[in-house]
Amino acid sequence: MAKVPVQFTLNGSEKAEFIDSGTTLLHALRDKIGDTSPKGGCHQGTCGACSVIIDGELRLSCLTLAETCNGAAISTTSGLSEGGVLHPLQRAFLDTFATQCGFCTPGMIMAAKMLLDHTPNPSRDEVVEALSGNICRCTGYEPIIQAVLTAARSNSQNAA
Amino acid sequence: MELRKSYFADVRKDDLHEIGQPRPRSDSPGHVTGKTAFFADRNFPGTLHLKMVRSPHHHARIRSIDTSEAERHPGVVKVLTAKDVPHNVYTILILIQIGPEDETVLADGKVRWKGEPVVAVLAETERAAQEAAAKVKIDYEVLPAVFDMEEALKPGAPLVNEYHGQNYYLYDSGECRKVRFGDVEAGFASADHVLEQSYQSSPIEHAPTETTGCVVAPEGNDRFTCYTNTQAMFFTLDNASIILQMPGNKLHFVGGTVGGGFGGKVDVIVEPIAILGAKLTGRPVSFIYSREEEMQISSPRAAEKVVIKDGVMKDGRIVARKVTGYTDAGAYSRHSPYGAQKGAGHYPGPYTIPNVWIDTYCVYTNRTPSSAMRGFGVTIGDFALEVQMDKLARLIGMDPLEFRFINAYRDGDMKAHRQPTEGAALIECMQEASRAANWPVAEKFMAMSSYVKGA
Repeated sequence: MAKVPVQFTLNGSEKAEFIDSGTTLLHALRDKIGDTSPKGGCHQGTCGACSVIIDGELRLSCLTLAETCNGAAISTTSGLSEGGVLHPLQRAFLDTFATQCGFCTPGMIMAAKMLLDHTPNPSRDEVVEALSGNICRCTGYEPIIQAVLTAARSNSQNAA
Repeated sequence: MELRKSYFADVRKDDLHEIGQPRPRSDSPGHVTGKTAFFADRNFPGTLHLKMVRSPHHHARIRSIDTSEAERHPGVVKVLTAKDVPHNVYTILILIQIGPEDETVLADGKVRWKGEPVVAVLAETERAAQEAAAKVKIDYEVLPAVFDMEEALKPGAPLVNEYHGQNYYLYDSGECRKVRFGDVEAGFASADHVLEQSYQSSPIEHAPTETTGCVVAPEGNDRFTCYTNTQAMFFTLDNASIILQMPGNKLHFVGGTVGGGFGGKVDVIVEPIAILGAKLTGRPVSFIYSREEEMQISSPRAAEKVVIKDGVMKDGRIVARKVTGYTDAGAYSRHSPYGAQKGAGHYPGPYTIPNVWIDTYCVYTNRTPSSAMRGFGVTIGDFALEVQMDKLARLIGMDPLEFRFINAYRDGDMKAHRQPTEGAALIECMQEASRAANWPVAEKFMAMSSYVKGA
């Protein structure tokens, strides 16, 4: 099968690959580029574990064709910490016991980051709404909601 | 909620300084940075993808299997059938002497549930494996199937599993696991009221976010490394060793990181066939359930039926309990004989009852094999018997919580299965629940103790 070239930035660094046409971004990221932080839980856009941010929008990488991402800026959870310092969301998930099995965590953090990027001081309802596309089958939703609210508070304290 | 350290203070040495304090989990740093390595995060060049051809019938004889067209499909490297599996008939609990071996890795001559694996296809890509799997031709003779436990136990019902010879698991105690304690009929005769009720549940799927699977890499030293999300690492290693007739030192299992299990990943299902594929091709093999397979194929919690008959006095004492429990194993044993046995010990609940009679059956039907899930064997039983407790309390016009205080087991009480009660805390839990839920009970119950004599 003829390969098609794709080129985009992943967490700020340039990536270029030849892929089969029809390859999902999830597959390209995990199996070609080696960023396994987005997870494949359903491959049909229902669980949210594969969530990434593409050009400032939250997207499901299992339903996104890699070849449509040419020139895009893609962010994943693996690129969030800088110089070994955890992002406030990562710190909050760690401190508030918001992870159990950890499989949904990278997708949850991406969805939460998307929220805080646009709504720095969200209400609880806004947090619930923002995470509504992400399934945590360990059902640890309450600590996750608290983690996002905690991260928002720490952000605003740092800004002040 | 406030932690009351007064409970058991005189018999406890610690000061409970950890409980109620948040502590970071040791695995959390990996989770929040995306660095935790789940099995599917292992990538090996040249990995083959395994797809399973599954039975479309609940019960059928296999007349013939034709894999020739699938083998010719572009990208296909190997097609496996029953004859390729060194020890094809197995059962997980054989490791603890619970036999007979009753399940096939790949169906041989017969399928006993819809979704049963028959042929495994290994190909260069997932897509090629999927397309080739659709080209496998299997000629079936459909047989009558049975889906209801009580129907399955009737004479003349279709025989589900020939390795058992009857549609129930034969315990050393006979057709069911039995508990006999006191004289249950005398208990009923002396009771002010007798209440018999029946409770039923459907199978429940765990639906973990990460589907069941494994990735196997052949190593240069004739060993195989199996990256797996099994919840039962050593059970899986030992059963794989039996199925593959391969010494355990040839198998290196790497796991412990599970993207949600809840008991649904304790069966030995994907690893042996993936290792076999890696052995016969010399290539890494990935066998990962699709979401559809996870929901339809992986074993659920068993359907159960529980019939409870209780004799109760007007003063609140339960004087007799007779329980008949049915656990739907589906077509194969897996962990269900053990689950049904647990139920037998559990049905009196955390209550002291002087006369008890329990029969629990592990029944075979043409349904998806069931297995472990969070407290399997007792969870549905707990639902049934606590609903029964509420009904009994209502029957005699008593507060349901006070009714439970009257019957609560306490240290030293003999349980029906002849284990003396030790370390009981039901009374203290109910006292705290009474306060927390603002559901007051009489002072004499708040003064009771699980372990202080006379209190």
